[in-house]
Amino acid sequence: MIIQRPTGSEHSLDAALSIHDLTVAYHRKPVLWDVDLDVPEGSLVGIVGPNGAGKSTLIKAAMDLVPKASGRVMIYGQPYRKQRRLVGYVPQRESVDWEFPVSALDVVAMGLYGRIGWCLPVTRKYRDMALAAMERVGIADLAHRQINQLSGGQQQRVFLARALAQDARVYFMDEPFAAVDAATEKAIVQLLRELRAKGRTALVVHHDLQTVAEYFDRVILLNTRLVAHGPTTQVFTSRNLHETYGGRLNLLDEAAEAIGRQKVTA
Amino acid sequence: MNAPRFLLAAACLLLASTAHAADTAAWARVLFLHDHNTRVVVVGTSLLGLTAGVVGSFLLLRKRALLGDALAHATLPGIAAAFLLGEAIGLQGKSLPLLLTGAAVTGAIGLGAVLVIRQLTRLKEDAALGIVLSVFFGVGVALLGIVQKTPTGHAAGLESFIYGKTASMLRSDAYLIAGAAAVIAGVCGLFRKELALLCFDADFAASQGWPVRALDVLLMMLAISLTVIGLQAVGLILVIALLVIPSAAARFWTDRLGLMAATAGGLGAAAGYLGAMVSALWPKMPAGAVIVLTAAAFFMLSMLLGPARGILPRAFRRIALAHALTQARRP
Amino acid sequence: MNTPFVWMWDLDGWIIAAGVLCAMSCALLGNFLVLRRMSMMGDAISHAVLPGIAAAFLLSHSRDSAWMFLGAAAVGVLTAVLTQGVHKLGRVDESAAMGVVFTTLFALGLVMIVRAADTIDLDPSCVLYGSLEATPGDLWLLGPWLVPRAVVILAAVFLINLTLVAVFFKELRLTSFDPALADSLGISASAMQYLLMTLTAVTTVASFESVGSIIVIAMLIVPAATAYLLTDRLGVMVTLSLVIAALSSVFGHLSAISVPRWFGYVDTSTTGMMAAVAGLFFGAAVIFSPRQGLVTRWLRRTRMSLRIVRQDVLGVLYRVRELHEQTMPTNVSASAGVDVGKISRAVGIGRVTAAFCLWRLSKTGRIMPDPDGYQLTPTGLEEGRSLVRSHRLWETYLRDHLALPADHLHSPAEKLEHFTGSRMQARLDVETQHPRVDPQGQQVP
Repeated sequence: MIIQRPTGSEHSLDAALSIHDLTVAYHRKPVLWDVDLDVPEGSLVGIVGPNGAGKSTLIKAAMDLVPKASGRVMIYGQPYRKQRRLVGYVPQRESVDWEFPVSALDVVAMGLYGRIGWCLPVTRKYRDMALAAMERVGIADLAHRQINQLSGGQQQRVFLARALAQDARVYFMDEPFAAVDAATEKAIVQLLRELRAKGRTALVVHHDLQTVAEYFDRVILLNTRLVAHGPTTQVFTSRNLHETYGGRLNLLDEAAEAIGRQKVTA
Repeated sequence: MNAPRFLLAAACLLLASTAHAADTAAWARVLFLHDHNTRVVVVGTSLLGLTAGVVGSFLLLRKRALLGDALAHATLPGIAAAFLLGEAIGLQGKSLPLLLTGAAVTGAIGLGAVLVIRQLTRLKEDAALGIVLSVFFGVGVALLGIVQKTPTGHAAGLESFIYGKTASMLRSDAYLIAGAAAVIAGVCGLFRKELALLCFDADFAASQGWPVRALDVLLMMLAISLTVIGLQAVGLILVIALLVIPSAAARFWTDRLGLMAATAGGLGAAAGYLGAMVSALWPKMPAGAVIVLTAAAFFMLSMLLGPARGILPRAFRRIALAHALTQARRP
Repeated sequence: MNTPFVWMWDLDGWIIAAGVLCAMSCALLGNFLVLRRMSMMGDAISHAVLPGIAAAFLLSHSRDSAWMFLGAAAVGVLTAVLTQGVHKLGRVDESAAMGVVFTTLFALGLVMIVRAADTIDLDPSCVLYGSLEATPGDLWLLGPWLVPRAVVILAAVFLINLTLVAVFFKELRLTSFDPALADSLGISASAMQYLLMTLTAVTTVASFESVGSIIVIAMLIVPAATAYLLTDRLGVMVTLSLVIAALSSVFGHLSAISVPRWFGYVDTSTTGMMAAVAGLFFGAAVIFSPRQGLVTRWLRRTRMSLRIVRQDVLGVLYRVRELHEQTMPTNVSASAGVDVGKISRAVGIGRVTAAFCLWRLSKTGRIMPDPDGYQLTPTGLEEGRSLVRSHRLWETYLRDHLALPADHLHSPAEKLEHFTGSRMQARLDVETQHPRVDPQGQQVP
C-alpha cells in the first residue's frame, strides 16, 4: 500500500477506444483480469480466444452491460456513458427471440430510436433511413418479412443493418460470423471494409482462426487475461496462439480459486 | 387481417345461442345497452378487457405472463389492511379508493419481493413468483379472517375482490375503471416504441442508453394498475386471465406488434362485453368467470384458425409447400 | 375481548394435526417442483382442480367419494397435458400457456359451482382457503377412536406421497437434475413429471375442504424453497422442508389464535397464518442462511476484509521497519514504531477500524506498544515478512509470465498476496527462479 502506483499510463487521447485496467468477475470467478488496451481509429479488430475466455464479456463490460469490478472505458477520450450514441452493438444472434412479432424493417429502425427520441413515432423519414441501411447489406427486399421467416444469415444481416442505421463510430460485434452462409460471410467482410474506409472502428468477437489474418488488421488474444494485442501481422503468431489456447497459468488460476473459496466459505 | 370480421361473426354466434334462452326483448335490451345498470357494467368490463389486452401483449412478449398472477394475489393483504386501517381511523370502511390504494401498495411490495428474491438468492423466477403469490395471499386470508370478525367487516363483502362481483358495479366504479383504463392504454401507446425495444432486445436498448430498468418498472406499474382496477370487475384470480388470454390469442392472428396489441385489446373488449351481457341475461352466471370463458373460447378459435400462427393455417401452408415442391420436381 | 385463548387438545390438537399432515404432504412434492423450476405448476393445478371437484360433486352429490379423487387427478394431469399442448402446438410461451389453461379451468369450475349452487353445497371460498377450524367437527370412528375425517384422509395422502417419493427417490432426483440423461438411461422424465402432477392434484383435493388450496400452494413451494437456501444435498433438503412445513403449521395455528388478540381482535384464519409463518421462515432463510444468507454473507465479507486489513497493517509495519533498517543500519534496535494515525492513512482505513485492528493484533501477540506507537513482535515480524514476500514474488511472477507492464503489477499483487498460502508461495518462488529483487527493485525478503 505504501508503494504508489505510477500515474499517467500513456494512453493516447485520439484512440477510438481505450480500456484501462478492466476486471470483471462473475460470482466468484474472475472472467477478465486487468485488461488494458488502445484501439486506433479505423481499425478492424478481431477478438480471439478459447471458449470461456471472456470475449463476449469484454465487449459487454465495455458497454456497461455487465458490472465491472474495476476499470474505465473511454470512447474518443471521453467516458463511455457520455459517448453512447457513438457506439453500435451487434449482439449474438441467439440473444433475442426471433419469434417476436416485428418485421425486419422494425428491427433495423430500432437502431434509430435514439435519434427519434422518447415517445415519438417512427416516421417515413426514419423508415427510409432504415431501408437504406438494409440496402447496404443486401436485404432491402426482405424489409417487410416477419423476422422468423428469415434464414440465420439474413437475421444476422438485420442486426448489422440495425447497427449501420445508427451510423456509429465504434462497433462492437458479438460473433457475427457464427453459423452464417458463405454469402452472408462475404457481405459482412465487405461491410467491415466499407466501415474501415470511412474511418469507423469495429471490434469483432471471432471464432474462426483460419480467417483472422484475412479479415482483421488488429487482433486481441484473450484468455481471461490479455495475452497479446496489436497488428495482426505482429501479434497473430503461433507462439501467442499457443499461449492463448494452450496452457492457462496454473498458479494464477489457483490463486483466483482460493479467492473465490475464501469469499464463499471463509 | 380479417380479425375484426371474425370477431363480429363470433359475437353474432354467441348472441344467437343466448337468444333462445332468454326472451327476445330482454336480450335486445341488453345488447343495445338500454338498461342503465347493464350499460355501466358492460362499458366497464369492455374497457377493462381492452386495456388488459394491450398491457398483456407487452407482458407476454417480455415473458412475464405469470407475473400478473403473483401481483394479483399480492393485492389481497392490501385490501384487507386498508379496510382495517379505514375502520381504525374512523372512515367508513369500504371506501373503494382506499381499498384500491391498499391493493396497489401491497401489489408493488409483492413485485419488489419477486425482484429481491430473484436478485439475492439462487431461486429462479418461478419459485419467486410462487412464494410471493402464496405468502402474500396467505397474509391476505389471515387479515380477511380478522375483518370477518369485526362488527362491520362481515357485511363489507371484501371476498368479492377474490372472485369479482361485476353486477354490483356502481356508476362511479365504471368511471374509475374507464378513467384508469384510458390512462393505462394511453401510456402504452405513448411508450410503445420503447416498450417494444425493451421486450425484444433489452441488452441492445441498454447499450444505446435507454433506461431499461425504468422501462421495466413502467411496464410492471401498468400491470399493477390494471390488476387493481380489474379486482372489482373480475376478481383477483381471474384478472390474470384477462392479461394472459387475449394477448396469447392475438399472437395467432398477426406478426406485427401494433396489430397484435390492437387485436388483443379487441378480443379483450369483446370478451368483457359478451361476458358481462351473458351474465346479465342469465341467472347464476358469475360475470368474471363468464368473461374468462369467453376469452378462452376466442383463444381456442385463434389457436386453430389464426392466420399468422394458427394450427390449421400452418398445416395448410406446409401442405401447400410440399405440393408446390412435388410439382416443381416434375419435369 | 382480551381473554387469553383456551387451548383444547381435541380442538386445536386436531387442527394442528391436519395442518401438519397437509403441509408435509405438499412440502414433500414441492422439493421436486422447485428443483424442476415448475413451482407455478403447483399453483396452476391447485386452481385448476376446481372443475374436477365440482364435477365429482355434481355426479356423486357427496364430498367424500373416490370420484372426487379421480376427477381431481384427471384434471391435474389434464392441466399438465393441456399446458404442454398449448405450448407445443400453439407455440405459446410455456408460462403463458399455463396461465391460459389454469385460469380457464378455474373459471369453468366457478361457473359450475355457481350454476349448481341449489343442488350442491360447495362454497368456492371454502375451496380456496378452507375451514380448518371446522375439522374437529366431522369425526370418523376409527377402531376405538374418534378421529376427524380430514386427519384420516390427509394421513393417508401423506403416507402415499411418502411411499412413492421414497420408492422413486432415485428417479425423481435424476429427472429433476438432468432430464436428458435420465431419458437416455431409460428413466422417463415425463412419466416422473406426470407422477408428480397426479400426486399434487390428489393432495390438493384431499386438502381443499379442510385446509384450502392456498395452503397447498404455499406449502408446495415455500418450505422447499427455504430448504433449498439452507443446503445443497437433496436428502437434507427434503428432510428440512418437512420440518419447516410442520413448524409452519404449528406456529401458524398458534399465531392465528394468539396474534390477533394483541391488537384487540379475536382470532383469524389458521391457513392464512400458516402461509404467513412459512413466509417468515423463508425470509429468515434469505437473511440468515449459513451459506447464502444476506447477513451471513455480509459478516463473512466484513470478517474477510478485516483480516485483509490486519495483514495490511502487518505489511505496513514490516515495510516501515525495512526502510528504517536501510536508512539507519547501525541503529537497528531504535524504535520503528508507528502510531494509529499513520497506520490508518497508510492502509487507507478509518481511525476506528485501525484502532480495532491494532487491538486485535496486539491481543494475538503480533504487535506490541512502543514509545512511538506500535511495532512488530517476532510473530508479527514473520507474518509481515511473509506477506511482503508474497507481494513481491507475485509482482515478479506477473511480470515474467503475463508480461504485464510495470505500472500494472502492484494492484493485482496487492490482492493476490492475501490469498497465498505457504505452498503457493514456495511454488511462486520456484516459477520465478528465486528472485532477489522484485520488478520495482525492492528486495524479496
